[in-house]
Amino acid sequence: MTMLKKLYTGAAVLALSTSAAVAQEVEVLHWWTSGGEAAALNVLREDLAGSGIGWSDMPVAGGGGSDAMTVLRARVTAGDPPTAVQMLGFAIQDWAAEGALANLDALAAEQGWNDVVPAALQAFSTYEGSWVAAPVNVHSTNWVWANTALMEELGIEQPGTWEEFVAAMQAAQDAGYTALAHGGQAWQEATVFDSMVMGVGGPEFYQAAFIDLDPEALGGAQMVEAFDRMTTLRGFVDDNFSGRDWNLASAMVFNGEALFQIMGDWAKGEFVNAGQTAGEEFQCFRVPGTEGTVTFNSDQFAMFNVDDEAEQASQLAMATAVLSPEFQIAFNVVKGSVPARTDIDPASFDACGQLGMAQLAEAGESGGLFGSMAHGHANPPSVQNAMYDVITAHFNGEYDSAVAAEEMVAAVELAQ
Amino acid sequence: MAATDPMLSGGADFRTRLQNWLPKIVLAPSLAVMVIFVYGFIAFTVYLSFTDSRMLPSYGFVGFENYSDLFQIRTWDTAVTNLAIFASLYIVICTIIGLMLAILLDQKIRGEGFLRPIFLYPMALSFIVTGTAWKWMLDPAIGLENTMHLWGWESFEFNWIKDGDMAIYTIVIAAVWQSSGFVMAMFLAGLRGIDNEILKAAQMDGASNFQLYRRIILPQLRPAFLSAFVILSHLAIKSYDLVIALTGGGPGNATALPATFMYSYTFTRNQMGIGASSAVIMLMTIAAIMVPYLYAELREKK
Amino acid sequence: MAMASSDNAVRSSNFTRALIYLVLILFALFYLLPFGIMLVNSLKPLEEITGGNMIALPQNWTIAPWLSAWSTAQIGVQPTGLRPYFINSIVMAVPAVAISTFVGALNGYVLTKWHFRGATWIFGLLLFSCFIPFQIVLIPMARILGILNISGTAYGLILVHVVYGIGFSTLYFRNYYAVFPTELVRAAQIDGAGFFQIFWRIMLPSSGPIIAVCCIWQFTNIWNDFLFGASFASGGSAPMTVALNNLVNSSTGVREYNVHFAGAIMAAGPTLLVYIVAGRYFVRGLMAGSVKG
Repeated sequence: MTMLKKLYTGAAVLALSTSAAVAQEVEVLHWWTSGGEAAALNVLREDLAGSGIGWSDMPVAGGGGSDAMTVLRARVTAGDPPTAVQMLGFAIQDWAAEGALANLDALAAEQGWNDVVPAALQAFSTYEGSWVAAPVNVHSTNWVWANTALMEELGIEQPGTWEEFVAAMQAAQDAGYTALAHGGQAWQEATVFDSMVMGVGGPEFYQAAFIDLDPEALGGAQMVEAFDRMTTLRGFVDDNFSGRDWNLASAMVFNGEALFQIMGDWAKGEFVNAGQTAGEEFQCFRVPGTEGTVTFNSDQFAMFNVDDEAEQASQLAMATAVLSPEFQIAFNVVKGSVPARTDIDPASFDACGQLGMAQLAEAGESGGLFGSMAHGHANPPSVQNAMYDVITAHFNGEYDSAVAAEEMVAAVELAQ
Repeated sequence: MAATDPMLSGGADFRTRLQNWLPKIVLAPSLAVMVIFVYGFIAFTVYLSFTDSRMLPSYGFVGFENYSDLFQIRTWDTAVTNLAIFASLYIVICTIIGLMLAILLDQKIRGEGFLRPIFLYPMALSFIVTGTAWKWMLDPAIGLENTMHLWGWESFEFNWIKDGDMAIYTIVIAAVWQSSGFVMAMFLAGLRGIDNEILKAAQMDGASNFQLYRRIILPQLRPAFLSAFVILSHLAIKSYDLVIALTGGGPGNATALPATFMYSYTFTRNQMGIGASSAVIMLMTIAAIMVPYLYAELREKK
Repeated sequence: MAMASSDNAVRSSNFTRALIYLVLILFALFYLLPFGIMLVNSLKPLEEITGGNMIALPQNWTIAPWLSAWSTAQIGVQPTGLRPYFINSIVMAVPAVAISTFVGALNGYVLTKWHFRGATWIFGLLLFSCFIPFQIVLIPMARILGILNISGTAYGLILVHVVYGIGFSTLYFRNYYAVFPTELVRAAQIDGAGFFQIFWRIMLPSSGPIIAVCCIWQFTNIWNDFLFGASFASGGSAPMTVALNNLVNSSTGVREYNVHFAGAIMAAGPTLLVYIVAGRYFVRGLMAGSVKG
């Protein structure tokens, strides 16, 4: 009996992928495999099922999507690309430049995407003026997550400046707590560094250093200062930080061992999962010095060129469903991110989510919305990883801030 | 060994000729598969290393540019040094532990049938499976160091995984854990295959246990050493999961290995040309070590 | 095994024997430690783990993580657990192991008993293929699978594993057959037995031990492979390791370590079983020839 059941389930999974030829179906490559994420994605699957479109699931987790990108290359090389692929930032541009992506302009015009998606986001969803991807969410990375009880115990208010932020951490350290919970992995260090660069030099400097890759900005005094701030933060991190997963760092905050964590808004899920509520047991605020700006990364579904007309139709149906307000709400409430559309009713979101949505809209209008370097939305992967190398080497004490700034110039040049 | 003795073939009728050709026909598919899927792919990689390929293969010829870039990248230096440290320590320690355990197990041990699978089982697990457990064990705040502190040994320190200079040695520890049992099995098999009459004769001549092992047993284990060397170097060069699971290449890039470097440049950083050139250097190194060794071993047996 | 060692000529004192047992037991503990940590944590509620209690025994024992990993954990959009992927892995691994072992046996037979000019060279070429880093074959392999129209299927994955398994299986069988008495082959030949008759009737029946070694080796490698499985068979036909990786390696989601460990032990189940059940044949098989060169 159990054996039969097993075989049946196996067959069901196989059937999902083999029914492609018969009915309309989308094959979706993604790396949203953890419980909440996958459940949120299931909203999309059911939505499509309602219009008679099957979903062939192709999850490949690992390496922040880099394993999925490897698989994608194998599939495209084999001449058999998936219908839709979860992608981040520059990957969309790279695939579009290869001519591999479909044109969604007609649909975008019909549904008025241009009006509801912030321009900074559109820069990634479009290639040479044509829509090639449907944005799902906006994660912003310049958040501080704080333990409310600890702040009260230490008599700390939400810090508004870098100096206050340092003073607050000093107070926590003096009281015997870990001031800053941090996981020593290159991408986490880069995530923090995003905020330091923005905090030191503001939007102009961020643009020059990370987006225009101007050697003068990369090797200049402001860059040295940004690295100095990293050194300061390094002094507030416990000894065992290296290699720690980000979510264990979050656990340090909600368990009351550490005061702050600088991390993207996905960290919220960990707090909520631990039974805490935004604005009560834990708080969120922008990294001091970066208020008014938002560094973001955005998950999007890039649509690949497919020949079959039925498949094209299901692709458009999927793009429509992705940008539907229902899915944008359902998904982003779970994920901790905010909707890619700015016209969504914030009522279903918690305190941090509402704050994030308001600030996103504000930053979008004032020109303070920038792609995150750490998450591949400021420069191509080769440059991004070259920066990782320098940031993480500096944070681990291989060289001082002045040398780091020089290394930054050299590494970026080599990577271009 | 020449089994196709012309004397046996008798007349040159079709059936006999077919029999003479059959062995080659049977071997041909394997050879063809190797030529395409191994040597063809190597040739393709060599070709890619001279092109400007980034995300996907492209065919703009750039000469040795990828190679000159490669040697300017700090991480590549680290990766090569690490492989040298890792591979030599790993092979030597695995061989020593494997040999020692095999000799000990060969002393008519009660419970051998129980101990042997315990020594062997790590080989059955991939690091996707054991990586997190190892990471925790080596982490000073959670694992061994913390446990020792709880047991009252306050001065105990084991924080190699957090130390850029020492982290590579934690990789060695985990790798030795995984494969030393397998090496033990190979040596054990070798030991069991030795003719006891020779040992008895030597013992009657008054040889001590130590002499017995040094003079008679170890030399007879030569084939086991060869197999162990081939299998261990194969595992050392391909070590990838291990590093990703344990340290992700960190702290910083302190535990990068050529395999992780290659994967990162080819697939994560979209610099396929540089990735290919690092693969070529890696293959040349393997060839430089393995080819003379295999040549000597295979030639001798004729 | 006991038979072989009962005649061991090396003798030792009581003190030495105690020392030997001590060393062996210490090593056994070292080998068991990581597995022990996995087992202990798979039986704990998640709060105990994130609460910082990672090495200690559970305060509240629970098997919920095991049930979740097996049948309800979210691998993709549907909460299927690891169960369906088990079948995928078996469907893929069994033929791949059988074919590569069979081909290796034939190759070993030809290379030792039908030695011809250049055979050593061919063996060298096959052996060197064991050392190719798999990362470099990904892109060209994908192209070829695409041309053969078996990309993304179990067949494609079986082909890949057979191709890269031949080197090692040939090595095992060649070494085993090298010490197999050639006179037997000669005698059969004189009696009029053909190439395949000799293989089926004489070589294979006496190859039990080395078949065990080769199957264990291939099964372990193929079952544990992630790179090829993810690249060439993801989606509905994805093997166990890909599913496990999806369970364990989510990047920005909540991590349920206890479920991860339960899943990891399950995924390792078949290989562990093979090692424990067939382990005794393993040493015997290695002993019977593979290490004698």
